[in-house]
Amino acid sequence: MSSLESRAGELDIEGLSLTSVSLWQITWRRLFRRKSAIVGMIVLGMLIFIALTAQWIAPYDPLQVLIGKEAVRGRQDPCIHLLGCPADQPQHLAGTDGNVRDFFSRLLYGARLSLIVGFSTVTFAIIIGTVLGAVGGYFGGWPDNIIMRFMDVLLAFPSLLLAIAIVTVLGPGLINALLAIGIVSIPAYARVVRASVLTVRELDFVSATRALGGNSYQILFRRILPNALTPLIVQGTLGIATAILDAAALSFLGLGAQPPTPEWGSMLGAERNQVFTAPHLVFLPGAAIALTVLSFNLLGDGLRDALDPRLAHVS
Amino acid sequence: MTQYILRRFLLSVPVLAGILLVTFAMARLIPGDPCRSMLGEKATKGICDRWNHAKGLDKPVVAQFGIYVTDILHGDFGESLQYGKPVTQLLVERLPMTIELSFSSLLFSMVVGIPLGILSAIKHNSWVDVTTMVGANIGVSMPVFFLGLMLAYVFSLLLKDTPFWLPPSGRVSPGIANNPFHEVWGLTIPAAGPMYSVFFFLARLNILNALLTGNWALLKDSITHLILPSVALGTIPMALIARIARSSMLEVLGQDYIRTARAKGLTQPMVVLKHAFRNSLLPLVTVIGLSLGSLLGGAVLTETIFGLSGVGRSLYDSITARDYGIVQGFTVVVAMFFVVLNLIVCVSRSAHSPAVVPESPRASFWF
Repeated sequence: MSSLESRAGELDIEGLSLTSVSLWQITWRRLFRRKSAIVGMIVLGMLIFIALTAQWIAPYDPLQVLIGKEAVRGRQDPCIHLLGCPADQPQHLAGTDGNVRDFFSRLLYGARLSLIVGFSTVTFAIIIGTVLGAVGGYFGGWPDNIIMRFMDVLLAFPSLLLAIAIVTVLGPGLINALLAIGIVSIPAYARVVRASVLTVRELDFVSATRALGGNSYQILFRRILPNALTPLIVQGTLGIATAILDAAALSFLGLGAQPPTPEWGSMLGAERNQVFTAPHLVFLPGAAIALTVLSFNLLGDGLRDALDPRLAHVS
Repeated sequence: MTQYILRRFLLSVPVLAGILLVTFAMARLIPGDPCRSMLGEKATKGICDRWNHAKGLDKPVVAQFGIYVTDILHGDFGESLQYGKPVTQLLVERLPMTIELSFSSLLFSMVVGIPLGILSAIKHNSWVDVTTMVGANIGVSMPVFFLGLMLAYVFSLLLKDTPFWLPPSGRVSPGIANNPFHEVWGLTIPAAGPMYSVFFFLARLNILNALLTGNWALLKDSITHLILPSVALGTIPMALIARIARSSMLEVLGQDYIRTARAKGLTQPMVVLKHAFRNSLLPLVTVIGLSLGSLLGGAVLTETIFGLSGVGRSLYDSITARDYGIVQGFTVVVAMFFVVLNLIVCVSRSAHSPAVVPESPRASFWF
């Protein structure tokens, strides 16, 4: 039996080259072939940059009320010196909100909160969902039945409605809203992991591990779960988009982040009655939410196509 | 087939029981004494004991759950503190608005989404396809509340004094007569009871009522008021329907029988509509059916923005008042509706293709 190198050499003669590439390299390359995924990554990169550097690039403290400090009124239109705003007026790139705070700074800080919301809820849901799905799928029988029936119950509620009900019980607040959204998104991950575990469980390399004397723990965590990673990553990326959308909706309804926290949903909610008089105060946070969600959706779609070639035609 | 339907039906029984258990547990988990939170901080012990006894709260938890289930089976969803009415009555008064809104949103999303999806599948990789898919991506990322406010800004303020002006809030303009159809028809119905509720409920469906009584002014006015909320609420399902319609059409268009149909010399519309579209319906049925459940949930945001007095709006109002009765009542009703809808979707799917034993995906994913 010839070694891989010599076979690669043989193939080279026929005009083909065979170099070993890992799954992640393939994914990376496929991802870069899709324009939408690239756009998603660029936007996301910018958002992460803004979130990390908000305290240096924001011209004002997002919580600072400027009454008495400057000659500005509440809900002032944007004043940009480059665009002909008189130089003697203080510059506010996105104007000021109803409480006379610099809206641009609040928008920048909002990126930080939105990303934290997205990542933390999805991490929470993935951890719990993976454990539940793996236990159910691997052991089967009554644990599986109980877990999956409970997931069915959670899935029977529209997610936003269930999140609203949970927050009503727990009381409004950012942490409670995150918990609610996390709980609501558990079933999706439990199902994904369970499906992968069921497929992989019967494969030969798992039987081989078992024959070699590996225990359940080793089989589940070292052999099976790494194979469930791909669908989890896709589901997780798309899940972040949904989580951000739901969290913004809860904050808009006054159930999530409480004022004066610079959260896009609650900023929009606070100024929603001003949509006819100061539309930029509604438009900017809303557009920021949409852009963030869009970037995660684009990246998620791209990842799905890149990681699973079978789905390449479905977009 | 019958066996499959029966099995699906039996499978949804534990889910329904679970829904009741979850909503019951939530009501019990509300921090603080339920009596004090309902009657106020100043309620004395004597009053609280009497109140607890009246509500059955002094019984063991299992018995309380029994009472809760029996009440719901009798159509009693508890009482709303804020409105001082039974939740059932509130649902009868306000659910018609929400149903009207959900169905018109669904109609919008189907009428726009399906043709767009088919068109972009036929013109695969053309500018129509690219534009539709970019639009669909933006559509699924759009927060309902943001889109609603922006639509109100554009159509009610910027387009003021043009024929495109649309009202930013409310259900009907003041001064438009809205007589219930049973009064117009001169029917005599009992002044209370379930029969009255049914008539009242149907009469509150403005569009149905307008059609039944031939009140064209009301019909036109109701529809103009519904356009903006429906577009706001229906955009996410519309984008999803367009995506699913496209991918499912693309798959079907690559099949051999489509090539056969073309080889027979059938015209393009014939091939697309009769051979391809019918076979691409299966995934569409699922998305459309499940969207309806999430539309009922998304109504909370839309009704709040457009000042429509539906169930979603009262839900929003009751959150700040911590009026849990209506949150619980509405959640139970929507979840049950959702389970039934799921059942219908599964059964109709299996009627289309008996080989499919579908898992039910989550509708919430879509907003």
